[in-house]
Amino acid sequence: MPQDDLSIPSSRRAVFDANLVAFRTLLLKEIRRFLRIWPQTLIPPAISMALYFAIFGAIIGRRIGEMAGFDYMEFIVPGLIMMSVITNAYANVSASFFSAKFQKSIEALMVSPTPNSVMLAGFVAGGVARGLAVAAIVTVMAAFFVEIRIHNWFVTLGMLLLTAIVFSLAGFLNGLFADKFDDISIIPAFVLTPLTYLGGVFYALELLPDFWRTLSYFNPIVYVVSSFRYGFFGYSGDVPVAASFLAVAAFAGVFWGLSLWFLNRGIGLRT
Amino acid sequence: MTEPKALSIHGLKKVYAGGFEALKGIDLTVEQGDFFALLGPNGAGKSTTIGIICSLVVKTAGAVEIFGIDIDRDFAAAKRLIGVVPQEFNFSIFERVGDIVETQAGFYGLRHEQAARQTEKYLRKLGLWDKRNEQARHLSGGMKRRLMIARALVHEPRLLILDEPTAGVDIEIRRSMWSFLREMNEAGTTIILTTHYLEEAESLCRNIAIIDHGEIVENTTMRALLQQLSTETLVLDLAEPLTEAPELAPYGVRRIEPTRLEVDIAREQDLNEVFQRLDAVGIRVRSMRNKSNRLEQLFVALTQSEGSAETLVHAAG
Ligand SMILES: Nc1ncnc2c1ncn2[C@@H]1O[C@H](COP(=O)(O)OP(=O)(O)O)[C@@H](O)[C@H]1O
Ligand SMILES: [Mg+2]
Repeated sequence: MPQDDLSIPSSRRAVFDANLVAFRTLLLKEIRRFLRIWPQTLIPPAISMALYFAIFGAIIGRRIGEMAGFDYMEFIVPGLIMMSVITNAYANVSASFFSAKFQKSIEALMVSPTPNSVMLAGFVAGGVARGLAVAAIVTVMAAFFVEIRIHNWFVTLGMLLLTAIVFSLAGFLNGLFADKFDDISIIPAFVLTPLTYLGGVFYALELLPDFWRTLSYFNPIVYVVSSFRYGFFGYSGDVPVAASFLAVAAFAGVFWGLSLWFLNRGIGLRT
Repeated sequence: MTEPKALSIHGLKKVYAGGFEALKGIDLTVEQGDFFALLGPNGAGKSTTIGIICSLVVKTAGAVEIFGIDIDRDFAAAKRLIGVVPQEFNFSIFERVGDIVETQAGFYGLRHEQAARQTEKYLRKLGLWDKRNEQARHLSGGMKRRLMIARALVHEPRLLILDEPTAGVDIEIRRSMWSFLREMNEAGTTIILTTHYLEEAESLCRNIAIIDHGEIVENTTMRALLQQLSTETLVLDLAEPLTEAPELAPYGVRRIEPTRLEVDIAREQDLNEVFQRLDAVGIRVRSMRNKSNRLEQLFVALTQSEGSAETLVHAAG
C-alpha cells in the first residue's frame, strides 16, 4: 500500500481532533463566503441602519423626544443592532446552506466523514460570525450618533450570542426545507420582518393599548430586544430578563435538536 | 484471515420517494487493487449505487462494506477510505481552485499545513497548480473534471470512485485522464468507475459488472466478457432426433432437445465448416436462427445510445 493513511484517526481523541478541524474549515469557508460577497452581506445592513439613525434618530427623533425616559435615538440603538443581527444571521445560513444544496457543493461535505452535528455547528457558527460582524459595524455607526454605554456586559453579549445562534438555526431549518430560492425569502418577509418591527425596536410596549400589549408578549422578539436593551441601560420594561434568557436558550436547544434530527434522517438533504 | 474486499455489496435495494425501484437487490464485490467498471445505459442505477456507497443516497435495504467496514456500523470510518468524483460538477464556482481542494482536505480532518501540502501535490499532479488562485468558474470543462479528481484524492483514499468521469470530455483529455488513472491504480489505489462507454471499460478495467434496470446482468472479467461478446450462439433445428451432442471442437455445442442443438461460434469463424462437419456425421439441419441474449441486446442499446456501432465492433473484434 502506498498510502500513508493521512486521514485515518486512530483513536477517539484523534476523531475528535479531526472533527474540530472539519468545523474550523467549514467556519472559515462560511466567513470567506460572506466576506467575498461583502457588497451583498455587509454594506446593506450598514446602509439601512444609517437611514434608521438619520430618519428616526436625527430627524423625527427630536420631535418624539423621550421614550421610556431615554433619548429616542438612544432608545432605538439596541433594537436596531438586534434587528440587524437577526436578519443577517438568518439570511447567512439560509442562503449559504440553500445554495450549497442547490449547487450540490454540499455533497463535498456529505461524502466526508464530518458528522451532521459538526456540519450544523459549522453553518451556525458562520451565521453567528456574520451576525457579530454586522453588529460590530452597526454599533460603530451608532457611536457617531449616541454615546454607547453598557450597563451589563454579560447580558448584552450573552443575548447577542444566543440570538445569533437561534436565528442561524432558524435559517438553517429554512434552507433545509427550501426547494427554490423563493422559499428562503418567504419566511423573512412574512414572519421575521413583521415580528421584528412589532418587537419593540422602535417603541416601548407601555405605549400600546392593553390588547396589543398583551398580544406583544406572544412575540419572541420582544424578549430578545427588551433583554438586550436591559444590557445597555438596565431597563427592560416589564420583560423579565432572566426568564427571557432561559426562553431564548430553550429555543436554541429545540432548533438545534430539530435540525439534527432532520439531518440524521436525511430529510431535506439525502434522497 | 483473508484480506477484506475493497467493496462488497449485498442485496442492495433502493426505492426512491415516489416508489420508483432504482436498485432491485444487487450483489457486487470489488477486490483490493482492482480496476473495476460498472457499465450500464443511462438510468440503469449506476449513480444510485455510487450515491449509496458515499452517503448521498439512503439505501432502502441491503448491506455495504468498505474494506470490511459496514457503513451501517461506522460510516465515518468507511468514508475516510473513499474518494469520489461525481458525475456532475458539484463545487461552488465562485470559490478559488486552491480553496476548493484545501477545504475538502479540512473536511477529512487534515490540519492546515498538511492540507496545504496535499493540495499542492494533487493540483500539480493534475496540472492545475497555476490555476490555484482562479475562481472555479474560469476553468475549462476538462479542468473542472480534473479539479474534482484532485479534490477526491486530497486525503489519499484507498478506493477511488468515479461516476462517468469522461462523459462529455474530448478524446485527448479522456486519454490523458485514462493514463493518470492507470498510474493511480498501479500505485495501489483500487478504482471503480461507472461508464456507458464499453471502450473505456475495455481500455482500463480488469473486472466488470453490467447493470441494467437496477439489476446486475453480468459480473465477470473484462477478458471473459469480450470473449462472450465476440461469440454468437446459433440454434439449429434438426431433421432427426439425436441421443447426444456431436463432437464439434473447437466449437461449443449443446443438445437442448433431441432435435435442437446450440452451437457457439466466434464472429470471425465461418459457418461453412460447421455445416460440413455436421454433414460428415450425418446430421441434417432443417432451420437455423441466432439466439439473442440480454447482454447482446444491452450492448446494441448501449452502442446505439452512443450513436456509433464502432465501439462495439472494436471491443468485440
Ligand atoms: N432522486 C430521485 N428520485 C426518483 N428517481 C430517481 C432519483 N434519482 C434517480 N432516479 C431514477 O433512478 C434510476 C437510476 O438512476 P441513476 O442511478 O442516476 O442511473 P445511471 O447513473 O445509471 O444513469 C433512473 O430511472 C432515475 O430516473
Ligand atoms: Mg449516472
